[in-house]
Amino acid sequence: MAKAKTFQDLILTLQNFWASKGCLILQPYDDQMGAGTFHPATTLRALGPRPWRAAYVQPSRRPKDGRYGENPNRLQHYYQFQVIMKPAPADIQELYLESVRAIGLDPALHDIRFVEDDWESPTLGAWGLGWEVWCDGMEISQFTYFQQVGGIDCDPVSAEITYGLERLAMYVQNVEFVYDLAFNEQFRYGEVFHQAEQEFSAYNFEMADTDILFRHFKDAEKQCQELISGNKKLALPAYDQCIKASHAFNLLDARGVISVTERAAYIGRVRALAKACCEAWLATPMGDYKPRLG
Amino acid sequence: MADLLLELFSEEIPARMQAQAAKELERLVVGAMSDRGLMFEGATTFAGPRRLMLALIGLPSKQPDVSEEKKGPRTNAPVKAIDGFLRSAGVTLEQCEKRDDGKGEFYVAVVHRKGRATAEVLAEILPDCFAKLPWPKSMRWPQATNAPVRWVRPLHSILCTLDGDVVPFTFAGLASGRTTLGHRFLSKGAIEVRRFDDYVKKLRDAYVIVDAEERKEIILHEVRNKAFALGLELIEDAGLLDEVAGLAEWPVVLIGRIEDQFMDVPAEILQTSMRTHQKYFALRDPKTAALAGRFAVVSNMVTQDGGKTIVGGNERVLRARLSDAKFFWDQDRKTPLAHRVPALADIVFHAKAGIMLERAHRVALVAMVIADVLKSDIEMAKRAGLLAKADLTSGVVGEFPELQGIMGRYYALHDAESPEVADAIRDHYRPLGPGDQVPSAPVSMIVALADKLDSLVTLWHAGEKPTGSKDPFALRRAALGVIRILLENRIRLNLLLPIFAVLELGDGQREKRFVDRLDSALSNKILVKGIADDLLRTANTRTASAGGNLTAAEVMEFFADRLKVALREQGVRHDLIDAVFSLGGEDDLVRLVTRVTALQQFLKTEDGTNLLAGYKRAANILRIEEKKDGRAYDGEPDPALLSLPEEKTLFMDMAAGRELIAAELQRERFAEAMTAMAKLRGPVDAFFDKVTVNAPEPALRTNRLQLLARLRETLHTVADFSKIEG
Repeated sequence: MAKAKTFQDLILTLQNFWASKGCLILQPYDDQMGAGTFHPATTLRALGPRPWRAAYVQPSRRPKDGRYGENPNRLQHYYQFQVIMKPAPADIQELYLESVRAIGLDPALHDIRFVEDDWESPTLGAWGLGWEVWCDGMEISQFTYFQQVGGIDCDPVSAEITYGLERLAMYVQNVEFVYDLAFNEQFRYGEVFHQAEQEFSAYNFEMADTDILFRHFKDAEKQCQELISGNKKLALPAYDQCIKASHAFNLLDARGVISVTERAAYIGRVRALAKACCEAWLATPMGDYKPRLG
Repeated sequence: MADLLLELFSEEIPARMQAQAAKELERLVVGAMSDRGLMFEGATTFAGPRRLMLALIGLPSKQPDVSEEKKGPRTNAPVKAIDGFLRSAGVTLEQCEKRDDGKGEFYVAVVHRKGRATAEVLAEILPDCFAKLPWPKSMRWPQATNAPVRWVRPLHSILCTLDGDVVPFTFAGLASGRTTLGHRFLSKGAIEVRRFDDYVKKLRDAYVIVDAEERKEIILHEVRNKAFALGLELIEDAGLLDEVAGLAEWPVVLIGRIEDQFMDVPAEILQTSMRTHQKYFALRDPKTAALAGRFAVVSNMVTQDGGKTIVGGNERVLRARLSDAKFFWDQDRKTPLAHRVPALADIVFHAKAGIMLERAHRVALVAMVIADVLKSDIEMAKRAGLLAKADLTSGVVGEFPELQGIMGRYYALHDAESPEVADAIRDHYRPLGPGDQVPSAPVSMIVALADKLDSLVTLWHAGEKPTGSKDPFALRRAALGVIRILLENRIRLNLLLPIFAVLELGDGQREKRFVDRLDSALSNKILVKGIADDLLRTANTRTASAGGNLTAAEVMEFFADRLKVALREQGVRHDLIDAVFSLGGEDDLVRLVTRVTALQQFLKTEDGTNLLAGYKRAANILRIEEKKDGRAYDGEPDPALLSLPEEKTLFMDMAAGRELIAAELQRERFAEAMTAMAKLRGPVDAFFDKVTVNAPEPALRTNRLQLLARLRETLHTVADFSKIEG
């Protein structure tokens, strides 16, 4: 039970661990998104009856959380390690605790607790019940049993586990400032991402062209709707557009050009897209659509 | 007699739901049992992070046998009807009795039902009880999809024994058994249990304290001891204690350090951050009451290193949390509170009732009016009113909304505002509940009144009246706050004045006029007494025509209602409040209550009881006669027509009494007014004793009825006696 020493050790350890539990090791989705949950391998695969097990790292973009590289732990771009298991195994809590042991946190030395924290994503029309997992008072993971995605009941229910990798690594490496993390033996996290945090903070808060973003939002919305209207069932490309619309909204929000009332309306528009995509997905073969006979 | 032991073992149940769930479980099981004739001698329930437990002792081994009679058709009824009856009752014709009710013979089926074994009945009802258990939020999970069950988190096992034997049933895909698990990390393997006693003991051996009350005692005891050893004491927090007792099966208290660099951040911020984010108890120095640089964390673990790693981890997390809090605190103080006021324009107070900035202006102006009336410092009232909400735009309050007001005071002091103004910013939210003190410093009191009256009147006007159990804007609490501030400080204030001031300012046009004047007064640093006077004058004018305004009338009614509730505990009769309030025109609560109290004292005396009886008699006669004659007898009685000595005495005493009562009421000497009224008791009794009201001579009768009407009217100058019960 050697500690996962570097940031990338942590990733590799989690990947190996969940691979050994039968998870597909997928790669990050190639669209900008706010959380690993948005990856179609979670959102869409949580729906329908087919079993599914996957784990992957997902870079998560939260434009509003940018701090120009000056905050010890807040980032506008960070890594989530995401696990989804469908149906949720009966011993999923035990599996999770095994993964905690694997990265070098021995539950016999620490105080690990499951503290109520229900999850809801208004943009995905999704919710579930679960916990945040605390290790000595620090949140190290989110644990959720999906109940609905896109307003559709999840049946069977999936378990989703999300590890905030930077925070977890800071804990394991006993580092106070995220940029001091050892990414591997040679490079620090700051050498990889500090400049990006500075540049993207400036882009998110100051430079992003809001006219272009408003246009992107509208275009993505339009294209998304077209791809699943009528008999067209291009659920996956449509869902890509939904992700793009969501990110455009997040950027506009960071630029401070969306008022409180408009905000709710925009979230409602993204949710409508997500719901439509989820419904379309269920009408595809992988959503286990069975044409009705007669 | 048999004992039942039941445990539902699941993944972690939210702390806030545990106690209620155990209660509901008991209610459902006990209810279902009594529906089936199963009684018991005692019940115990426990709840914790991973289990709900119910133990019942003294159950019978089986249900009582019952016999039931069913009335059937007449013996000469068609065969089809008789067959139908036999089928539904489950008996043969031979098993039926024939009876005669005088109108003919009919069949009676006597059905004997043997009581079933308790275990059998329990096996049947328990799954149903679990299915009905109401969780605030519940979920489905894969292992329970065959039966559509919901639970708060996935269930893992059900232990159910009756006198040591398993009561067999299935729920959520789980068969009941006799095993459970201990602590998640400190115990290994299944634990076999037969009854309640060994359940509690075996789980204790497996590092689980099943009783939440015991866990709370352990935590309290340990925190106090460890604090004491450091020369410190616990800052009690019952809500937090409940919560942490629901987060640990084996509570272990550990003490950690708060770094020195944070100790100059206000104690409230440190305490709130520790409580809301980390669920830590704060400690203090018993001599100075100052927050200590230590915290107590309740862990759920015994480790080889005596908790060293756990404490270290918690200290690190706290450091990050407090760095954030300190950052906000340092940032916030760079902007004076007064400069934050314009930013209140970005905070919505209520969709229909406008933004926070307007509210700040109204609170300032209404506070000025109240200060003007009470001859208090108008400048300070204005300043405190204007700044009262400014801390809502600060970083700390954004992070910890419960610190509103408290932070405002700190920032005000930092900005060198006067201490009275700073205190008023903190205290204008008070009283926060029935147990909270009311502000008593003049500026605090005035701004607290202005704030509560503004939200009450503005939201009432916007249609947000409380109905039934719904009061989303806590208007009842606001009204009660006003009542308590006025009564406990004995503040004489005509409430309609500030109410109309709020209404005046609720009108956009007029508000703008006053706010413009206020703004220019602020920028030119001129005195604002003139503005307060003007607003007071307009409010006064509107008060004079109070009947015309629906909101004001409704709000006053609301105050009367709330007053009844507020004074009920002090034994003040609600009917007497009605009796005085319905005279109308009373908007000074202190005077109203003084009057009601005097009236209540009076009614306790013999004179009072008899005079009330006399009043009721007079009012009854008048009601009947006035209805019969279709006229009112409110004319002046004619002294010349008074024939008997008793009516003459009553007439004379009443004339003198009326003047005296009026004079005493005028001087607000209510006890004396009651004494004056008491003098009428003798003459009234004598009158009813000796005088026939409905005399045969019409002129005499009319005069006597007018005399009674005079009595009614006289008493009504003190209170509307018709509202008095008894």
